[in-house]
Amino acid sequence: MSKARSFSVKVVISNREGASDPEGETIYRDLVSKSGYSQVRGIRSGKFLRFEVAAPDAGSAKDLVARICDELRIYNPAAHSITVEA
Amino acid sequence: MAGTLRVAVVRFPGSNCDLDAVRALDSIPGVAPDLVWHEDGAVSGYDAVVLPGGFSFGDYLRGGAIAARSPALRRIARLAEKGVPILGICNGFQILIEAGLLPGALLRNTTLRFVCRWVAVRVENDRTPFTRRMKKGQVMRMPIAHNEGRYTAPPAELRRLASDGRIVFRYCDESGEVTRASNPTGTSQNIAGICNKDGNVVGLMPHPERAADRVLSPFDTEDGALLFASLLRRE
Repeated sequence: MSKARSFSVKVVISNREGASDPEGETIYRDLVSKSGYSQVRGIRSGKFLRFEVAAPDAGSAKDLVARICDELRIYNPAAHSITVEA
Repeated sequence: MAGTLRVAVVRFPGSNCDLDAVRALDSIPGVAPDLVWHEDGAVSGYDAVVLPGGFSFGDYLRGGAIAARSPALRRIARLAEKGVPILGICNGFQILIEAGLLPGALLRNTTLRFVCRWVAVRVENDRTPFTRRMKKGQVMRMPIAHNEGRYTAPPAELRRLASDGRIVFRYCDESGEVTRASNPTGTSQNIAGICNKDGNVVGLMPHPERAADRVLSPFDTEDGALLFASLLRRE
């Protein structure tokens, strides 16, 4: 029987593309751009969560976290998008 | 007492406008408010429900996101389906949105600041159980006090809300004109409050419970009391 291992699953919640993101825009405009980093074309802010998950493999850990994010509305699909990475 | 309308004011850990809401409701003859802890089942037995403002669960994750998963909200969703009037004020509005009882999202104000001041809002829908003692176009004075009150929804949803008359309050200037300058948070279409399809679930960012007594108003108004008085039908 395979033993469940622990996986770290990272979730980033950010405003959907097109939705204005005043925090990211301010960091971009008033800090990074004004400091001369013209290579940077844009910044989006977000919220970061790291889930520690017992699962047989990374794929199922990621699937579980993605399901939790939908079920418990960890993000609001009307305004946010998420990325889930194991 | 016969004819008394019983209203549950639901308290979450971090609610802080709950007692103001109870007091504002209590001042309306014929309305009997009770403070109900969110984990109690009691909410099911009431004629109306108010979700007060505050910082439920510390606003962790997002304003209202954790309270929205409370057992109280499952009960409130069933009441909402039956047509029971449900009012969400500020954090209560955020909770109704996070629970899916109202559409869209409330994002951080464009100013990135907590905005705390008196505003004017225009009544856009006077048919809900919380606005039926007002008149469409009436200008109401109430304070706002929030960080996450910038209403947004996908463009199609915003169009639907407007065309279905589900925008209940819009920020406006003193004369009732909806202007960019009178929009305190960058909220879409100056939206300060909306309702569900049936009109019985209403959420708004301004605080009627802080505007229900002349002694609290710099304008000598008590406009907020009209929301609570609206629960009683006009004779």
